[in-house]
Amino acid sequence: MSDGRLVAVVPAWNEEGAIGQVVDEIKAFDAAATVVVVDDASSDDTASVAEAHGATVLRLLFNVGIGGAVQTGFRYARDEGYEIAVRLDGDGQHDASELGKLLGPIHAGTANLVIGSRFVDPGATYRPPFARRMGIRLFARLVSLLGGQKVTDTTSGFVALDRAGIELFAVEYPHDYPEVEATLVALRSGLRLGQVQVEMRERQTGSSSITFVRSLYYIVKVMLALLVASLRRYPRLEAAQR
Amino acid sequence: MTPIRASIAGAVASIILILVVVELVRGRRLKERYAILWLVTGVVLLVLSIWREGLNTIAGWLGVTGYPPAVLFAVATLFIFLVLLHYSTVISRLTDENVDLAQRIALLEEKLSRPQRPAD
Repeated sequence: MSDGRLVAVVPAWNEEGAIGQVVDEIKAFDAAATVVVVDDASSDDTASVAEAHGATVLRLLFNVGIGGAVQTGFRYARDEGYEIAVRLDGDGQHDASELGKLLGPIHAGTANLVIGSRFVDPGATYRPPFARRMGIRLFARLVSLLGGQKVTDTTSGFVALDRAGIELFAVEYPHDYPEVEATLVALRSGLRLGQVQVEMRERQTGSSSITFVRSLYYIVKVMLALLVASLRRYPRLEAAQR
Repeated sequence: MTPIRASIAGAVASIILILVVVELVRGRRLKERYAILWLVTGVVLLVLSIWREGLNTIAGWLGVTGYPPAVLFAVATLFIFLVLLHYSTVISRLTDENVDLAQRIALLEEKLSRPQRPAD
């Protein structure tokens, strides 16, 4: 049914201030793209704002966490037969005009999953605070080691997927703090990984969900998930080996 | 030796546990599936309370020489860990099932809200 149409999955939780512009920018990049905003039980008007801007809105009954929300979008992409999906955050930190770069390796057929990385280019301008930089580097090292391929940015939520990637993530996607583990799962399932340099913007409204206690939980949870994921078996995807 | 009073107290507590669990199942407030571990706990504690020589023998194996009823505490603690661990797996499964349901409902509601195309 799909003719290579693009679906953009945008998880959003209380992002009424930013979501309209996010949807508009994706439409500006590709007017034919389906923009799916997954409203993770927001208490504000995220869903109706997104709808007013022409997005398809999936409303979750209760808050399931960002991973569960993103997975809902991938399930939609799988069920509706889309060949290509991209994921952007609902807070506007991912610049839709960079989607072309992300989609390059997918269209060229050289990757099943392309990560918009802030650290491919050594001269990149993004320099997070020290603690966060160490965390990002630690996870990148660990995933590279366990996944057998060098990954520069495992915490990026700015990604593009082909059909093989969509089918994997529709089934296998962690429910909270998903990005790092999902990257390893993709590698262990035999997906080919591409990485392109992107810039990310400072968030426009709202606040980051990462506080100190949460960041401790984040680190411990992700480490455990990586350890367990490397002990699990994942089916090697035939579709990935075209 | 185990003081007789400790044995009586242990037996009474075990019987109360068994009765409460049976009553909860009877009133359908507890599923058989989740009652079984509790009943096993109650029966094991009851047996160890009544069968005094048995308790002493097991205490001897475990090197508990001073006060054999300590074995009752140890066994009870072990079973409580088992029950809790079992519940953690149940909660994890329920969480996954809940998320799956929320996702399915979101997808179905979106499908239902689409304008109906006239049949061709």
